Amino acid sequence: MTHEKLSMAQALNRALHDEMAADPTVLMFGEDVGPLGGVFRITDGLTATFGEQRCFDTPLAESGIVGMAVGLAMNGMRPVVEMQFDAFAYPAFEQVISHVAKMRNRTRGRVALPMVIRVPYAGGIGGVEHHCDSSEAYYAHTPGLHVVAPSHPSDAYALLRASIASPDPVVFLEPKKLYFVKDEVDTTEEQPPIGTAVVRREGTDATLIAYGPSVPVALEAAAVAAQEGRSLQVVDLRSIVPFDDETVCAAVRSTGRAVVVAEASGFASVSSEIVARVTERCFHSLAAPIRRVTGFDIPFPPPKLEHFQLPGVDRILDAVDDLQWEYP
Amino acid sequence: MTRDPDHLLPTREPVRLIDATGEPTGLAGVAMPPDDALLRAYAALVAGRRLNDQAYALVRQGRLAVYPSSHGQEACQVAAAQVLDDGDWLFPTYRDTVAAVTRGVDPVGVLTLLKGDWHSGYDPYEKNVAPQTTPLATQLPHAVGVAHAATLRGEPTVVMALCGDGGTSEGDFHEALNFAAVFQAPVVFFIQNNEYAISVPLARQSAAPSLAHKGVGYGMPGVRVDGNDVAALLAVLGSAVARARAGEGPQLVEAHTYRMQAHTNADDAGRYRSDDEVAAWTDRDPITRLSAYLSNRGLLSSSDREAFAEAAERLAEVTRDGINRDVTPDPADLFAHVYASPTPQLREQQALLADELARES
Repeated sequence: MTHEKLSMAQALNRALHDEMAADPTVLMFGEDVGPLGGVFRITDGLTATFGEQRCFDTPLAESGIVGMAVGLAMNGMRPVVEMQFDAFAYPAFEQVISHVAKMRNRTRGRVALPMVIRVPYAGGIGGVEHHCDSSEAYYAHTPGLHVVAPSHPSDAYALLRASIASPDPVVFLEPKKLYFVKDEVDTTEEQPPIGTAVVRREGTDATLIAYGPSVPVALEAAAVAAQEGRSLQVVDLRSIVPFDDETVCAAVRSTGRAVVVAEASGFASVSSEIVARVTERCFHSLAAPIRRVTGFDIPFPPPKLEHFQLPGVDRILDAVDDLQWEYP
Repeated sequence: MTRDPDHLLPTREPVRLIDATGEPTGLAGVAMPPDDALLRAYAALVAGRRLNDQAYALVRQGRLAVYPSSHGQEACQVAAAQVLDDGDWLFPTYRDTVAAVTRGVDPVGVLTLLKGDWHSGYDPYEKNVAPQTTPLATQLPHAVGVAHAATLRGEPTVVMALCGDGGTSEGDFHEALNFAAVFQAPVVFFIQNNEYAISVPLARQSAAPSLAHKGVGYGMPGVRVDGNDVAALLAVLGSAVARARAGEGPQLVEAHTYRMQAHTNADDAGRYRSDDEVAAWTDRDPITRLSAYLSNRGLLSSSDREAFAEAAERLAEVTRDGINRDVTPDPADLFAHVYASPTPQLREQQALLADELARES
């Protein structure tokens, strides 16, 4: 069977399974990823299938987990580690910034680190403090890392496999709120490479640019706009680094208007980078300044207030309304 | 294998086989290394001291940006390298130039970091020597990973992971030792306690009875050793390596030594320690001690001495020549090794720089 309906969680689990089956050097480890199968069950069954040498629990220490992965990757393995939650990855920050990202460069290409840091990330699940951060900008700002954020189970499957096979370290951001959303997954199709965006919905009036957890919201906004007679195109970045300037700019040039949608706070963010890049490249095709709908510049709110922080359909459509339609 | 604390705790006094005057201590239970191993160590000590002095001079001549010298700690440097097999790994810090060179890495490659041509100037896989790290203790979890990969493949590799007394305060020191013990990784954690982390004395790093006592908290043996006695170091580190290779897990070794020079040439040690304190350590010099021991036993002839001094001089010359040779770093290299292949954005930026250079020339 090549087409199946799978949740993103199942698709990620399938990708891990398939890579571990294909390559005996692929290891999966972290906190509670062994017999429990991870707090989100992404690693469910891997220890039973591949043994505890291939998928195992570690002491509860994120810097140790990432640092050990560096050593394993230096010595012939392809480690995949799970950080359990976005904000719990911060103890590993020095390892990620000073070693994971720089090892190839420090050693003039002699030491590669083929490793994947999986991070369940972002909000929308009613998570308590320190469980809902959108931390992509920290990683995207660091040369040497690839940063991937899928929104669809099929991409989650393909991109996790591509990330594990990549010769470079990948920070793989998994939108928690999409873990259990099901859709068709093609497990045989040629894998979309890391660094390619995709047009999720065609449209002619304006382009919504989104990634990870914000893509379904952008699609919903486009559906509502269509009923109101406005045709919105939706681009899903899929990868933040490398950034697919070509697809994004072609999309924006085709409509002449754009709104960037992201959950993360807007200041010094991936969304601000997108606006800068697109403006630099598409200035003469733009009929209006690019707008952003992002999280406010505040610490992520408690569960009962999080809906104020998350970009919603109304806020996106308000931004679209603001795209100076009086000047065609 | 036992987790009995009595088995894991260090002895009250550091292991010492040769005292400061060059006489054997007659310590029971630890065998004196064979004569040829001591002679080999002597040659490496002389070479290491000469390299330290040469590198220091190269800083004064403006050829190196800075040099953190291991002058006074050469016994630790030499023993750490000498107890390893070819397939083993060494994880050095910025102060462990002599250890890397003793293991066979080209001295010019090791000093490239301080010369400024690139960050790490040697191929880590050539001699299994990891790139020197300047952040403290961050290399220790890597050592555990390298060791664990070997275990998973059933290889007999042992990893020697170096750090200083200051490094033991870092979180990564704790995480690495804990991981190593839990996974029974074949790692020897070797602390060169030289009494100072730049200016901060040991008492401000730790209130533990000794740094070796930290081992018991992780369930691994901690051993204290005289860091200026290369015989004791070869014995203690050699047995830790053998134990790790036999699958008995990691070990913590603390060597008591002293940083005879300032942290680097940019530091002023007179602001935090007295000349008397330094002078007291001069009397415990590792080379003088071994020289006396070997000479007293007729193991070190004057022609041996001359030959070793000559070899050390050649090492200094090779180092000097290599560091004095100006190479023009290629700016294209800036973009070449960020990823396996440059991103489209890096290709654009590389073209921008190339254009800038073309217009300048």
